[in-house]
This record gives sequence, structure tokens and C-alpha cells, in this order.
Amino acid sequence: MATIQQLSTRHVLGIKYLTAEDIHLIFETADRFKEVINRPIKKVPSLRDITIANIFYENSTRTRISFELAEKRLSADVVNFSASSSSVKKGETLLDTVNNILSMKVDMVVMRHPAPGAPQFLSRHIKANIINAGDGTHEHPTQALLDAFSMREQLGDLQGKKIAILGDIVHSRVALSNIFCLQKLGAQVKVCGPPTLIPKYIEKMGVSVEHNVRKALEWCDVANILRIQLERQDLKYFPSLREYALYYGVNKALLNSLDKRIVIMHPGPINRGVEITSDVADSEHSIILQQVENGVAVRMAVLYLLAASR
Amino acid sequence: MEKGRVILNQERFSLTIERLCHELIEVYDDFKDTCLVGIQSGGTPLSARINDRLNEILGDRGMPFGKLDITFYRDDFRTRTQPLAANATEMDFIVEGKKVILVDDVLYTGRTIQAALTALNHYGRPVNVDLLVLIDRRFNRHLPIQSDFTGMRIDALDDAYVKVEWSDVEGEDQVLLFGQKNDVS
Repeated sequence: MATIQQLSTRHVLGIKYLTAEDIHLIFETADRFKEVINRPIKKVPSLRDITIANIFYENSTRTRISFELAEKRLSADVVNFSASSSSVKKGETLLDTVNNILSMKVDMVVMRHPAPGAPQFLSRHIKANIINAGDGTHEHPTQALLDAFSMREQLGDLQGKKIAILGDIVHSRVALSNIFCLQKLGAQVKVCGPPTLIPKYIEKMGVSVEHNVRKALEWCDVANILRIQLERQDLKYFPSLREYALYYGVNKALLNSLDKRIVIMHPGPINRGVEITSDVADSEHSIILQQVENGVAVRMAVLYLLAASR
Repeated sequence: MEKGRVILNQERFSLTIERLCHELIEVYDDFKDTCLVGIQSGGTPLSARINDRLNEILGDRGMPFGKLDITFYRDDFRTRTQPLAANATEMDFIVEGKKVILVDDVLYTGRTIQAALTALNHYGRPVNVDLLVLIDRRFNRHLPIQSDFTGMRIDALDDAYVKVEWSDVEGEDQVLLFGQKNDVS
């Protein structure tokens, strides 16, 4: 008789608030859902009585489509909301907007918001389960889960594995969630980028810092390369994109000069030719598109497990 | 902890499996266009045992053999009487146009079978589906679902719990009846 397992939390606000057991349960459930989404009929009826609102205050392609597909493949009813085409433009507050949506009997909320902590704030004031789909520069838990799930597929158990996170660490919610997630799974994490894009006290989190891309790549099993987030950069952090690409970009020649094969990941969207060249992004080292496929399975697992805790 | 009462011992267990196999041969003859599907997790050891025995009797005729997990299809998954963590589904064929022998260890409320029929539909439209179970708990049904091939029929109270044990897992092939589910060690 299999035991009845469930998440320790009602919301997924950040990896920080999940336990290692939660993460393993999500992965095991995602394995099953990965099989489901590769069937001829990619749908199960688990969430047929659940309504989910996808509330996006920031632009998104992958995350939004991935959540919507995950919800539809679990047979949930879905409503989509984006701030740019809504009454937010007329000055409605976040809490008012969400409460209005909830009075139409919505059970779960998936939210992306530019303000760090917005999902935490919401979770204190409303009853629905909340999933953070990215809050400013804070956390993006489902991205970290799908990244770690994809690494686990390539390397097996992540205990003791070496993961390098390259690029714009200071503006990246993916970096923070990845660090929490990988550390909870027992992996070693190194961050690499220009000093201006590495947070000052990041060693306090137990990660090592490297400024030389070649050294970081020689050290790691997996390189997760992050996008330069120009939209969040309010000042000049490096002289030019060309210079960044020259010193911190990952290209095929660099990859070929390593004496081992490493896995290349990128959460998207890619700035081709800046942090990663096209021949690397499209190479056999890259699992960028597998990450996207796994994203649906992982989000199905998160939604399913949260629905069960209602 | 109360020990379960043995209602099917090792000897009668193997006789029962043998009989079920011959009943299947009687109906399905050469098993053309037929597939065997075990429901995870209770039905899979039984279906594997039957598949092996049929191959011994008739020679291996490559009958498709699948394992179906129905966790995501349950109507009661949020009442937490059933595990949330699913088992693997291994169905590398579709059942379109095939005769399906659906296998589970214990037929109780019928809800597992109902979920399995829904799940099966996602692999195509079978010509017909027969249900084979080792134990049929007659008086505990919630739905109009009956088995076509039955190892043993028992009458037990709602509180009782039937546990099927396998030699390769628990060390012995046998079926135990417990007064209450909590009594199972």
C-alpha cells in the first residue's frame, strides 16, 4: 500500500518555503505526468472541479503557456488575466483585483508580479492556493523545479553534483530559486559573472563565486546560463553587450576546449550571441527544449499536489 | 496488532491462478487481438503472474502486457483515502480495436475499476473489456461493476481489509483478511 504523501505547504511562494521532501515528491509526481503528456491523449481528469486564474502583471511566453497547458491537461478550468489589458490600468489595487476574481469562485491563483513579495502578501489575505510564477527579482519556484528536474534527468541524484549559474545573478529570480532548490537537493552551486552582476554577500548563502567563465565551466557538471536582464538594469553594469559576450558569453570553441562534456541549460528567453551563441544553444550539449517540455510536467505536479491539500 | 486470517493459502493460491488461466484460454482461445492490463499497484503482480503462466502453457505469443496507473483518474483523490503519489504507467501499445483483460487484485467498491475504464479510454476504444480479479468482495460495491473472471468470492464487513501477498515481495503467496485496515502491519 503506497503511503499518502502531501506537500508541507498550501502555497508555492518560493523554493525557500519548500522542504527537500516536498521537492522529491514534486519530482516523483512529475515523472508520472511526463508519461501522461507523451500519450496520444495528453489529459487526465484530476482537477476537473478546480478553477485556476493565471494573473500576469509582467510579460511571459513560456511560463504562461506552460502553466495554461499544465492546467488544461489536468482538466482544470482556466481564466487568464494580463495587467496590460485590464482595469489595473484604471488604478485598481492588487488585492481588489484578486478579490474580485476570487468572488467568481476561483480556487487557485498563478501569479507573476514585478514586485518581490507580492505572492506572499496575497497569501496572507486570500483563501485560494497561490503559485508564484515569478515575483520581481525574488523567486521563480517552478522554473527552479523544472531546472533541477531536468538536471536530475541528465545526472541522476543531484547530491554532490556541481552546478554553475552564469550571467546576471543580481537581477535574476531564477538564480535565487535555483540556489535554494539545488542546495536543498545537496548540490554544490557556483555563480559566475562580472562582479557588478553578482550580489555582494552571496557567499553567505553557501555558494562560491567565480569571475572566469572558463574556470567555472571546467568545474561544473551543468552550466545554467541566465539572460542579461536589460529591462531590470537601471544603470550600466558593464560597458557593452559586445564586451559582455566576449568575456562572459559561452561559445562553441570554449565548450569544445573543455576536456569533458557538460550540460548546457538556459531558462529562456535567449539573447542569442550575448550570453550564449546560437551554435551552443542548438548543440547536443543543450537541453533547453527539454527544459520547456519538463516545465509542463513539473507544473502539473505542483498544481495536482496543491489541489490535494485544499 | 491483530494478525490477519489466511483465506487463501499458498497451495490454493497457485491452484486459483492456474484455474483463472485456463478459464481465460477457454474464452480467448489463441488470444488474438487481446491484451492484458494490470492496474497499479495491486493488479500488476497478478497480471504479470498470469501473463507468465499463459506464456508457459501456450508458448510466448507476444500478447501486449501493460501496467496502468489510475491515481490521476480517481474521483476521490482529494479526500485523501488514496495515495497522491502515482505509480508508473507502462502502456507501450494502444487498445484501439483490441480485447482487453483488465486485472486487479481485489474488487471492492468498484471505484478503482471505474477510474481504470476512464484511463483505458485514453489509449483508444477497446472492442470489449473483461475484468479479472483474485478476490471479489461481494457486498461492498458502490457501483454496478462485476468481475468476469473471479479467483475467490468473499463476504466481509465494510471495515475489513483484504491483503494479497506475493512470494517475490512478502515471501509467500497468500491472501489475508484483517478485521480493520489499521491492523495491517
